[in-house]
Amino acid sequence: MSIYNDRVVKQFTVITIIWGIVGMLVGLFIALQLAWPAFNFDIPWLTYSRLRPLHTNAVIFAFGGNALLGTSFYVAQRTCGVRLYSDRLATLVFWGYQAVIVGAVLTLPFGYTQSKEYAELIWPLDVLLTVVWVMYAIVYFGTLATRKEKHIYVANWFYSAFIITIAVLHIVNNLAIPVNWHLSYPIYSGAVDALTQWWYGHNAVGFFLTAGFLGMMYYFVPKQANRPVYSYRLSIVHFWALVSTYMWAGPHHLHYTALPDWAQSLGMVFSLVLLAPSWGGMINGIMTLSGAWHKLRTDPIIKMMVVALSFYGMSTFEGPMMSIKTVNALSHYTDWTIGHVHSGALGWVALMTMASIYTLVPRLWGREKMYSVGLINTHFWIATLGIVLYIASMWMAGVMQGLMWREVDTNGSLVYSHVESIEATYPYYVIRATGGLMFLIGACIQAYNVMMTIKGKVKGA
Amino acid sequence: MIKHEKIEKNIGLMGVLIAIVISFAGIIEIIPLMTQASVIKPVEGLKPRNALQLAGQNVYVSEGCYGCHSQQVRPFVDETLRYGHYSMAGESVYDRPFQWGSKRTGPDLARVGGRYSDEWHEIHLIDPRAVVPTSNMPGYPWLAKNPVDVEQTVASMKVLQTLGHPYTDEEITAAADLIKNKTELEALVAYLQNLGTAVPRSYQ
Repeated sequence: MSIYNDRVVKQFTVITIIWGIVGMLVGLFIALQLAWPAFNFDIPWLTYSRLRPLHTNAVIFAFGGNALLGTSFYVAQRTCGVRLYSDRLATLVFWGYQAVIVGAVLTLPFGYTQSKEYAELIWPLDVLLTVVWVMYAIVYFGTLATRKEKHIYVANWFYSAFIITIAVLHIVNNLAIPVNWHLSYPIYSGAVDALTQWWYGHNAVGFFLTAGFLGMMYYFVPKQANRPVYSYRLSIVHFWALVSTYMWAGPHHLHYTALPDWAQSLGMVFSLVLLAPSWGGMINGIMTLSGAWHKLRTDPIIKMMVVALSFYGMSTFEGPMMSIKTVNALSHYTDWTIGHVHSGALGWVALMTMASIYTLVPRLWGREKMYSVGLINTHFWIATLGIVLYIASMWMAGVMQGLMWREVDTNGSLVYSHVESIEATYPYYVIRATGGLMFLIGACIQAYNVMMTIKGKVKGA
Repeated sequence: MIKHEKIEKNIGLMGVLIAIVISFAGIIEIIPLMTQASVIKPVEGLKPRNALQLAGQNVYVSEGCYGCHSQQVRPFVDETLRYGHYSMAGESVYDRPFQWGSKRTGPDLARVGGRYSDEWHEIHLIDPRAVVPTSNMPGYPWLAKNPVDVEQTVASMKVLQTLGHPYTDEEITAAADLIKNKTELEALVAYLQNLGTAVPRSYQ
């Protein structure tokens, strides 16, 4: 028997792929509803407004979350040279986390929600998630504490920051007084609730979708490239800069609102500063390939990782730019934001996860390589083109909406009504849905490739 | 000067340092806000929602309207022309959770109260394209059939009272009778018709 607990990592890997497809399918469905509202079918639990939180929760917490939990267990064991601190707790973490997700599926479409974005889960599920998270922290930090290696490898710094910070954010943002088994009211109201929510929301991006996935990147990119991390010093500097800066940036979600100006300005300044540590991570990742650039031609997994890092660099440039108040005045409330989110979510988070799964699966199941390298390449291209269609259409739609809303004629009257901006957006909604469909097809190709690899098949053999 | 080697050989120390550096922002940004008068003081004339409006707020939250509608008018010429006076923090002190939103697939609703008739809202919520042919908003026909959850609304008022919303005990006792024969549609319309009305029109 291996010294490592790979059983739970295998479970997390398979469930990541399944939830990914489910979450993206829901996303595609609601994208179609924006273009053709008849797809709502006048059925409550199929309606856009109820399914949108299911989509965001499924892709962030079910797809992204399972990927982070699974890879963190894999990475912690490999870099510490020991088995997970507790097999029993690890199994409980897996099933407990799935229970939270199933809970989300059984509540959100039926109108049980807190309505705080990315924190929609009702209070009993919040409590369950807190318990699961504590168990997760015990297994993870217990493994690190019992390690055989002297140094803690850099990937684990990022996973640690992710685990600690998500616990703080989740608990503080969800403090509420229950009314009955599903309804509760937050202890904060109005502007205070708004800032608490976006302090949470922005750092769900910062620590869940960034720090966590940087942890993944710091293990799987050097592994796949077979090269050491480019700069140890850069890892130290950008790690501490990233974790200390991100938390301040939340108020940029509330520019020009009734939130006091001092808070908006603080948020904007720290958002601009954030460009540096973000790019530190991108540079460290991409430069890890120096001396191995030829692998871009032969290894589609490396290609996927480099494109993921490029999208990371691009969206962390776009983010600070959108946090500048004058830019935000145009971009806020429009589909530009949706484009920005998806360049990070599809381009960075999902591609890095998918590439890491390709690295992980043959190692976990003891195969020499994936069933088909050609299919990885196909997946890479269809996913990348899908992302480009998605984000380009949303950029154009967003800028157009922002310009239409503010257009006044020489008499000082508004030129367009709101619904005219919706009419003008329909073609872009169709293009966006097409991009999303392509990305989903890519995910299905990966699922097939992984299934065949697990079965022990090799294409052409 | 502490060497980083020390930190990366000690997970306890690293965890504590992470916890310290992540806590500054919340302490410096959020906590002072909790006592800033402009943020926590209701604007003159603002009342907590009555039982029917509160039931409507619960419907608004439950259906996820915040996904497409903001309730926050920014201080720009075009927005004040389109929607009315810009939003002030004191207008949302009784909003739990806040409903400022982040996306305007549909228009802002911060000052929608009184702009349309009740009848228009009812038709629009049941079948948006009956009044706005190119709208992509979903229809919510089931709201007309669902009765208001009386028990939940009364319990909501009690919880909000403990959180500092100035409901009198008499208002809470009388609530059940006021809403017992209402539908979720009527409640939601009552909620919408109240939005942004605390600030007088003349002021806008």
